[in-house]
Amino acid sequence: MNLGLIAPELWLGLLGLGLLLVEMITGSESKRVVGWIGAAGLALALVPSWGLLGQPARLMFGGAYAVDAFAAFFKIVAAVSGILVLLAAMAFFRDRPAEHEGEVYVLIVFMVLGLVAMAAAADLILLFLAIEFVSLISYVLAGSLKADAKSSEAGVKYFFFGAVASATMLYGFSYLYGAGGSTNLYQLGPRLAGLPTPFLVVAAVLVLAGLGFKTSLVPFHQWTPDVYEGAPTPVTALLSVGSKAAAFAALLRVLYVALPPGAWVSVLAVLAAVTMSVGNLLALSQQNIKRMLAYSSIAHAGYMMIGVVALAASPTPMGSGVTAVLYYLLAYVFTNTGAFGVVIAAERLLGSDAIPDYAGFGRRAPLAAFAMTVFMLSLTGIPPTALFWGKLSLFGAALQSGLGWLAVVGILNSALSLYYYLGVVRVMYVQVPADTAPASEGLLTRALLVAAAGATLVLGIYPEPFVRLVQHASLLLRV
Amino acid sequence: MTGVLSVVLWLPVAGALILLGIPRDRIRALRSTALAVALLELAATIWAGAAVDLARTGTLQLVERVPWIPSIGISYHLGADGVSLPLVALTALLVVLCIVYSWRIETRVKDYMILLLLLETGLVGVFLALDLFLFYVFWEVSLVPMYFLIGIWGGAHRGYAAMKFFLYTLAGSLAMLLGILVVYLHASPRTFDLVDLIARRPLAHDLPLAVLAFWGFFLGFAVKVPLFPFHTWLPDAYAEAPTAGSVLLAGVLSKLGAYGFIRIVLPLLPDAFRQLAGLVAVLAVIGAVYGALVALAQTDLKRMIAYSSIGHLGYVMLGVAAAAAAGGSGALADAATKALAGATLQMLAHGIITGALFLIAGVLADGQARTGNLAEFGGLWARVPVFAAAAFVAMLASLGLPGLMGFVAEFLIFLGAYQVFPVLTVLALVGVVLTVVYFLWAIYRLFFGPLNQRWAALPDLDGRERWVLAPLCGLMVIVGMYPGPLVAVINATVANILGLVR
Repeated sequence: MNLGLIAPELWLGLLGLGLLLVEMITGSESKRVVGWIGAAGLALALVPSWGLLGQPARLMFGGAYAVDAFAAFFKIVAAVSGILVLLAAMAFFRDRPAEHEGEVYVLIVFMVLGLVAMAAAADLILLFLAIEFVSLISYVLAGSLKADAKSSEAGVKYFFFGAVASATMLYGFSYLYGAGGSTNLYQLGPRLAGLPTPFLVVAAVLVLAGLGFKTSLVPFHQWTPDVYEGAPTPVTALLSVGSKAAAFAALLRVLYVALPPGAWVSVLAVLAAVTMSVGNLLALSQQNIKRMLAYSSIAHAGYMMIGVVALAASPTPMGSGVTAVLYYLLAYVFTNTGAFGVVIAAERLLGSDAIPDYAGFGRRAPLAAFAMTVFMLSLTGIPPTALFWGKLSLFGAALQSGLGWLAVVGILNSALSLYYYLGVVRVMYVQVPADTAPASEGLLTRALLVAAAGATLVLGIYPEPFVRLVQHASLLLRV
Repeated sequence: MTGVLSVVLWLPVAGALILLGIPRDRIRALRSTALAVALLELAATIWAGAAVDLARTGTLQLVERVPWIPSIGISYHLGADGVSLPLVALTALLVVLCIVYSWRIETRVKDYMILLLLLETGLVGVFLALDLFLFYVFWEVSLVPMYFLIGIWGGAHRGYAAMKFFLYTLAGSLAMLLGILVVYLHASPRTFDLVDLIARRPLAHDLPLAVLAFWGFFLGFAVKVPLFPFHTWLPDAYAEAPTAGSVLLAGVLSKLGAYGFIRIVLPLLPDAFRQLAGLVAVLAVIGAVYGALVALAQTDLKRMIAYSSIGHLGYVMLGVAAAAAAGGSGALADAATKALAGATLQMLAHGIITGALFLIAGVLADGQARTGNLAEFGGLWARVPVFAAAAFVAMLASLGLPGLMGFVAEFLIFLGAYQVFPVLTVLALVGVVLTVVYFLWAIYRLFFGPLNQRWAALPDLDGRERWVLAPLCGLMVIVGMYPGPLVAVINATVANILGLVR
């Protein structure tokens, strides 16, 4: 067995264990060391992941684990979001003594390992274990501010919703296993091909309960606003980009490999339309920025579902649903983590999560306000920002596969979303502040924001190399 | 001379970057640098005009084409012809004048000037782009600075007006994006290149799909023009924007929509446009009459000019629709050329005239009078003769007095459109008559009758305001008296564009 093919996983596991030791021996004043080592270690993990992009696709461990460009792409996405979130967490914990600061850093690294496994799992059992691994860490991270009632509430709420979702998904897996006689996705594919449509729809919907919970798909989204609001902000950022990305990876693999296309496609199309619309409509009236971003995250899950249902797999990036989703996820990692980075800066500077309190932010913290403008425009999908490309490819994929109505729903929703995204910009720049004293974001936050905003703009202005990357990564292993 | 257009396109951004490095409290330096950049941009535009090969008037020239995102078929493709280059020159001129006029802006000068220059690049980019994708990017990019200009420096209801402006236009442009995607997905090989697409015309054999794509483009452009009934954002945005914002909104942004119809829809989807030209013409005429009627009822000068714009752009769209309806038939070729040339000239005329009118309204509203309410004025003729003279010229030009720029354009439009849509053209003339009425009435209310003693000390135009209004009024007279050369260039270009249709 070639251990080089699972080098990123091995390295991440070692890194996490090593960090546990480091965490034990560092004093409570210098926990940031753990965060820095974690970020550097995740950056190192990018090297073998990048190398795996070019490897021929194959299965390992008796067919349970896939090594293909698709999985390698998600290793990169998970590691990058891990790095950004670690930076955000270090900024978050500055001047904010917390009992479990070090553990948070360690758990974020372990979470990345779980996300990597989710994207590569080719067996229902391994997939379930990976999802549970990620879920358990998420519950702990969401409730990690033990002194804060809202954080504890978020952790408990997330746990209860998550437990039900996992159980439902496992029930759905039992359907697939019962009908196909295997837990391997690649063996299930041909065996499920002739089964009656109603059965497949039921199975798909049950499986979707678990993965839809992680991606905040309606009707499995109810936890999102409360958990996003209550969890420590960097953890919220991780849930919104990391978990979402890995869950979409798992969803794509299960749906494309194991389930024959059929009636479930139209069920998912309707869910996508409902998800976008519910997320955007509920976001309109939010006054708390984290709740607003929670509903926005629901809406974006809906947009990405367009790509999942657009099954037409033509080689051009503008026609394939998979490439569109991958590009969207890559863009979303930078944009949304950046937005939460600004939220962290604002929490420190303004002591508030309320959008009206952002009044005058444009003058008090010009860099953070400018970065936030970039992120908000990107989330709306206005060029030249990253998510504009994502949306363009999603709508293109929808048109290509005869789902024109879904593209129209997406367009209407994008126009609607401008109202609340621009609302933030408007408060920052247009409204007269009560206090105009300049406020400094801090060096670390600045670096994070410049990196995220820079990436958001680069992905928008010169997408060519990234388009090629996702084009390459969308060739997921088919046996 | 390749590269000229890139210079024209990116110079304002370079200027904005320079401004970024100047400390915000050095207001004088900020203003003069911005002015220098804008003047340089105007010079670059003239340089581009000089580089044009007059022997090939009418064709696309100074073309630049570099692959940008080759895996999707997107290139950085620029080019200019007798329709786009005059519009670029108009933009460059108006931005210079706006910066001079905006000397009076005291708050956040740095942000203001940077946004103005970024806006200029966005607008110029739309006119020069020959790739649908590039076109779309500049189209959207121009929204953002305008949003901030209205939202930060606008009037009392600026937040509302800015948001409404952005929401309406974005909804329209997203529909256009769908139209672009439909065209793109049916081209083989797939490309966003406008010239290639027009040559191949991928939807020529699929009329229902072409009509669908047409509606996408239509919504995007109709909101921007704006065509009735998509105009409701306009009065708010025009009236609440700071004066320079109104000038650019009315002078240039409103041209983007009509330009899109001429540059993209007409040659790319001729059959669909021909089929629906009647509808567009009806909406245009409704807009022309409705705009004039509502303008008649306005008491605020800025709002009156805003509604008069809806009317004037109705004429433009009538000309474009007539050209589209006649495009395919040889018998009406001459009518189509006249109508389209008139529409193009009207775009330029409206840009210059309405730009001047908004500056005039701005002098009253931003200056000592602090109001634009027509009912409060009267008898200003003797008090502020220079101001009155400028206002006279601009208003008479706007109502279409022969010898001034507006007349030539409207005359050509009606001459061409009458052969295609006789009834509609006669109805549109009702709008012209009403326009004469409300402008003359506005002149009366402003300048004749007893002098309101509140304005006994109203100062006349200061030096800067004279410098701003003189070039515009001069152009109205010069082009009005001697339209020949400009009309010849435009004629050759629209004949070329219409030649693509046949």
